[in-house]
Amino acid sequence: MSNYKLSHLQELEAESIHIIREVAAEFENPVMLYSIGKDSSVMVRLAEKAFAPGKVPFPLMHIDSKWKFKEMIEFRDRYAKEHGWNLIVESNEEAFKAGVGPFTHGSKVHTDLMKTQALLHALDKYKFDAAFGGARRDEEKSRAKERIYSFRDKFHQWDPKNQRPELWDIYNAKVQKGESIRVFPLSNWTELDIWQYIRLENIPIVPLYFAKERPIVEIDGNLIMADDDRLPQEYRDKVKMRMVRFRTLGCWPLTGAVESEADTIEKIVEEMMTTTKSERTTRVIDFDQDASMEQKKREGYF
Amino acid sequence: MDNSKLNIKEFLDKDEQKDLLRFLTAGSVDDGKSTLIGRLLFDSKKIYEDQLDALERDSKRMGNAGEHIDYALLLDGLKAEREQGITIDVAYRYFSTNNRKFIIADTPGHEQYTRNMITGGSTANAAIILVDARTGVITQTRRHTYLISLLGIKHVVLAVNKMDLVNFDKKVFDDIVAEYSEFVKPLNIPDVTCIPLSALEGDNVVDKSDRTPWYEGKSLLNYLETVPIDLDRNYEDFRYPVQYVLRPNLNFRGFCGKIASGVIRKGDEVMALPSRKTSKVKSIVTYDGELEEAFPPLCVTLTLEDEIDISRGEMIVKPENLPLESRNFEAMLVWMDEEAMDVNKQFYIKQTTNTTRAKIDSIKYKVDVNTMEKSNVEKLSLNEIGRVVFTTGKELFFDPYTKNKQTGAFILIDPITNNTSAVGMIIDKLDSKDLVHDDALVTINLKELGIEENHFNAIKKVCEEMAKQGISINLKY
Repeated sequence: MSNYKLSHLQELEAESIHIIREVAAEFENPVMLYSIGKDSSVMVRLAEKAFAPGKVPFPLMHIDSKWKFKEMIEFRDRYAKEHGWNLIVESNEEAFKAGVGPFTHGSKVHTDLMKTQALLHALDKYKFDAAFGGARRDEEKSRAKERIYSFRDKFHQWDPKNQRPELWDIYNAKVQKGESIRVFPLSNWTELDIWQYIRLENIPIVPLYFAKERPIVEIDGNLIMADDDRLPQEYRDKVKMRMVRFRTLGCWPLTGAVESEADTIEKIVEEMMTTTKSERTTRVIDFDQDASMEQKKREGYF
Repeated sequence: MDNSKLNIKEFLDKDEQKDLLRFLTAGSVDDGKSTLIGRLLFDSKKIYEDQLDALERDSKRMGNAGEHIDYALLLDGLKAEREQGITIDVAYRYFSTNNRKFIIADTPGHEQYTRNMITGGSTANAAIILVDARTGVITQTRRHTYLISLLGIKHVVLAVNKMDLVNFDKKVFDDIVAEYSEFVKPLNIPDVTCIPLSALEGDNVVDKSDRTPWYEGKSLLNYLETVPIDLDRNYEDFRYPVQYVLRPNLNFRGFCGKIASGVIRKGDEVMALPSRKTSKVKSIVTYDGELEEAFPPLCVTLTLEDEIDISRGEMIVKPENLPLESRNFEAMLVWMDEEAMDVNKQFYIKQTTNTTRAKIDSIKYKVDVNTMEKSNVEKLSLNEIGRVVFTTGKELFFDPYTKNKQTGAFILIDPITNNTSAVGMIIDKLDSKDLVHDDALVTINLKELGIEENHFNAIKKVCEEMAKQGISINLKY
């Protein structure tokens, strides 16, 4: 019997595929939210695995804050095209036209309008009743206690005090009209599992994760990459080429790089094991003084 | 483990091979549970990272020998969350050693204990129950052990903590073990291990302690690293609840699902339930290529030699090994909802991939989780457990939970609030003559209603469709 043994990654993969199929079978209109990050890349591959040799029966949706790294957008469009995904891109055009951005409005207003509001608007527009997200429980405190099927009321709000019990692999998919479920198929994966899986499965990821000389300016202690000409004048002559990589990806003015020589997955893992900072510490939004991740999640942010 | 250092590639290659152990921790903060979890998380991390050649130890890093660290503080303590008014029922934590990956389901011991433990323990391979060496087996210990046995967790560790406060006295430990063994005997837990430890001082947590020379077993971490779990799954009875039907083109009809139990090979003869049509497995398809055989909990896609119509909620099995099929069964039910049971409600029941309606026929008894005493009740309330008889809208395919967790488990969903009101573990099927209430389905007599014969087929079709959605109708004509 001992040949019926699975490694932890095979077991996690099976758990995730089961979740993804369950959602496709029980919801009328699911969508997979795609952040273009490494976790999203793994989630997307798992969806492709779940329905092979068929096509994935739901679309991929990216909420474009209009401040993403150029390389992310290129990667997104190429990947979706090459893998035959139906890709939806949605933005808060109104706020964008009004000139909302992190430099002028601060990270809190920018995140709320360009990410949270844009997401909520898009979910309503398409009437999605289930939305996959790539969040992991080991990532952040408030996520450690979130369910795999996370219920949202018609205002898309999460109530951590009132979660449905979730047992075995039997998920409760019942919602009323207007309510929805956020689904986290990667709940039980750790950061190391994600890297290991990317390595073993040769999953393409955005090159920004790998160290390279990039134009960097230091803003409030964060290493910000000058990704386009919207970098304010005051910083422009302070830009220097530095060997850096990104541990997470988001809006370029809000995502700090780390100095690094790691240009392979092996070196990234080695670096990860030898640093004590958790991966989200390079995200500026988590440190907003009055907005914890839990608060953001309650409001509908992933 | 050997002490030789690994380069990163060797480290990753080794990491990839590890299996996964999920375990539950039960006990209260007073038993030193947070301290114990803190030790497991942080001490094991230190050792794990030491394997890596490149690691430069940070001088400020925790875990200097000979110094007491408040491990409980390192966790985002349950206490702080309680003060913020956030009740958490279960928090998941992740760690690795050189041999295994672990997921801890950490549940608070006091309030809502039944609901919390049941939620955290449903997927656990093992459970650690903490007792204070000074107080020994108490009501809470019995309660936790009963719930663990109910969930069918096969490996239980009684961690006798705070041995430092009883001078590592062998007799104290032996007495607790004797009392616990007596209590646990009728609960049929196959593997019970008792470990004397001090979470605060680290004795027998990661390393064996020299202060308990009389103890011949393993340290707690060593136990967790080595407890064999791959035989805990059911490899005997092939059950394949169809989850999703894949038809990418006219030449391919695949049935997606997770192998709930048993093993399936290419060419095996299979039967679809409820149609009882048989065929052979043509291929076991995955994204990574076809497999010769598949076993639990793999997710695959089966194609069959013959064109058989099988939908989600139906089950593929082997003709010589069938599950129980019935609309009536008995189960142990744990009530999880703030709103007490309303016996007149038509709940939704979800078991494997099958969803239908369920009615409560009768409650045989309620079990007091503290005393194990049985009593008669009219209904169950939050955190109460009872033996309940159900009737469902259509036939379910199941096995007793003790034989097969995957096909013996179900949830009950409130049709109005959509809440998961209760969870159940099936004991056995029941004859309809043993029901307290009439097992009356809605009956439509077409002739009595004066419906003409040329409409019969259309009505039959509608009824079949309704049955698929969980509402069975008895048609007479």
